[in-house]
Amino acid sequence: MEKIVEGSTRAFLTGNETIAWASLVAGAEFMFGYPITPQNEIMHYWTRLAPKYGRGFLQTEDEISAGFTVCGAVQGGKKAFTATAGPGNVLMQEPFGMAEAMRLPMVAIIQQRGGPSSGTVIYSQQEVNLTTFGGNGEGYRIVYSTASHQELYDYTIKAFNTAWTYRFPTFILGDGYQAKMREPLELYDPQEKGITLAESFPLVGLPGVIGENRQPQHLNNIYSLEEELYEKVMTFSAVFEKISPEIVEYEEDSCEGADIILISHGVVSRAARDAMLILRSQGIKAGYFRPVTLRPFPDEALKKVILQSNAKKALIAESSYGQLTRLIKQSIYGETINIDTLYKPGVGIVDYDIINKVKSIL
Amino acid sequence: MAIAPATPKSWYLPTKPHKFCPGCGHGIVLKALGENIDELGIQNDIIFGCDIGCSLLAWDFFACDSTQTHHGRVTPVMVGLKRSRPELLTVGYMGDGGGYSIGSQHLLNAAVRNETITLILVNNTNYGMTGGQMSPTTLPGQVTETTPLGRDTAITGYPTKGPEFLSTLTSDGAYIARATVSKYKQLKRFMRNALRNQIEGNGFSFLEVLATCPTNWRTNAQQTWNFLEDEIEKEFRVGEMKTPFGKGDKEVAVD
Repeated sequence: MEKIVEGSTRAFLTGNETIAWASLVAGAEFMFGYPITPQNEIMHYWTRLAPKYGRGFLQTEDEISAGFTVCGAVQGGKKAFTATAGPGNVLMQEPFGMAEAMRLPMVAIIQQRGGPSSGTVIYSQQEVNLTTFGGNGEGYRIVYSTASHQELYDYTIKAFNTAWTYRFPTFILGDGYQAKMREPLELYDPQEKGITLAESFPLVGLPGVIGENRQPQHLNNIYSLEEELYEKVMTFSAVFEKISPEIVEYEEDSCEGADIILISHGVVSRAARDAMLILRSQGIKAGYFRPVTLRPFPDEALKKVILQSNAKKALIAESSYGQLTRLIKQSIYGETINIDTLYKPGVGIVDYDIINKVKSIL
Repeated sequence: MAIAPATPKSWYLPTKPHKFCPGCGHGIVLKALGENIDELGIQNDIIFGCDIGCSLLAWDFFACDSTQTHHGRVTPVMVGLKRSRPELLTVGYMGDGGGYSIGSQHLLNAAVRNETITLILVNNTNYGMTGGQMSPTTLPGQVTETTPLGRDTAITGYPTKGPEFLSTLTSDGAYIARATVSKYKQLKRFMRNALRNQIEGNGFSFLEVLATCPTNWRTNAQQTWNFLEDEIEKEFRVGEMKTPFGKGDKEVAVD
């Protein structure tokens, strides 16, 4: 494959532009997309870059089609992705469900906007529920919640590898701030960093002659009997639980001996880390925990951090009304730590929001 | 010793006999497809895609690679497959509900983009799998589970004429036709044209096939055939609406 980036280079890009570059270097061969703010520029950059490297693009008639064309392309054995937000994410739950049911290695970039409904085109963290557990099933999805442009680059590359290694639909959960903001980052060739790109492979249209040296491939996602579906779902669950420890990622800082643990994800975690440092400089023992994967959730890690910290309180900060809190509560069931919350649905959170809240509850 | 009926080589025998109701038109359509696959020698090149509905029952019908998707969504799945693997022949199989109702947005946009895929839509004037509800092609006055007093056109409009609207939307290179299970040789010929059009890379190919549904029509053998030939074929004219680049003589309906 042609080198997209030689060695490594510093760049000053928007998040959407970063994702287009990362998808290219990850070996994505097709993007299927439908316009919705704030992810549009992923398509804008992709449509300019892709033809130079022989990659494809199709603007479909809606998000349902964008998702299902990705399902078709990955069944054909090509790395393919889409990007969406808000109501588009709602429509894509249908193809995401098919990807779960047929173990299709599809990648989707979600740039969260305000909700419910059309909400705002700007920013939120309100698509956590939808992205982690949005389908009519058990949520066999892998969701990376990024916080910076470097992470958008790193995790977009990783998302294609994760999808094609484990065969579960894989998501980059960004937001409108990350999409539109411009930040410095390092672009690099993954192989030169020692990152092996996962091989893609076809699920249909295999080489060989049917009846002579291979059987026909019959892919399906519907079953006649309850027991057939049960077996399938139980197998998915077992596989997902087995691979989860290999996939789970989180960040932890200064939790040991802390009086309060600040928990957040995505771009809000940058404010939380700053708040933790400022609070510490003021003599308040704050700790910091951030799940990077929201699905699977780092429950064991968080339980351990809480146990070892001896903290009596946790503060959960999110730009939604409890979507992260729900994931945390179900993960740490049985712990007695007191939970306070800072909810600003659809609105940004800065360090002093968190600092003021901490001071009001300690 | 009983003589087994001739089956196309491309049929997948472990799934035979098939699961369609007695008298259903799907078996005839799938026989025509199987014979065409054999005669064109494309068994290893075809990806057969199923929608949801009765068409779903064909998901493992052929000894060809196949995939199955949601109601109305076989068109975009075939589009994605074809765009990723242009050397494959993608054949989407759907019913009148999947194609003209829930999947109509995909159908008409794939047609406008002149996607090089072949779509076969089996029109039996109702939603069969879900128990016989009104579909876009239900005839005026036809009794279904959701039109128990007969389809009232003042409330639900007139039947959708798929090939007619698709032939006005498509550009040069498209092949658009309507066949019926009551005229097998013509059905097979039209289907071959729809497949060859993709093989030649001309563009979008669409074949609607008028088919029987005695289970939901609540008809016996004679009534079933009468309804197809005397009523459905009067409402939906059989023939080739569009041939690629206007080449060849179109087979048009004769009364």
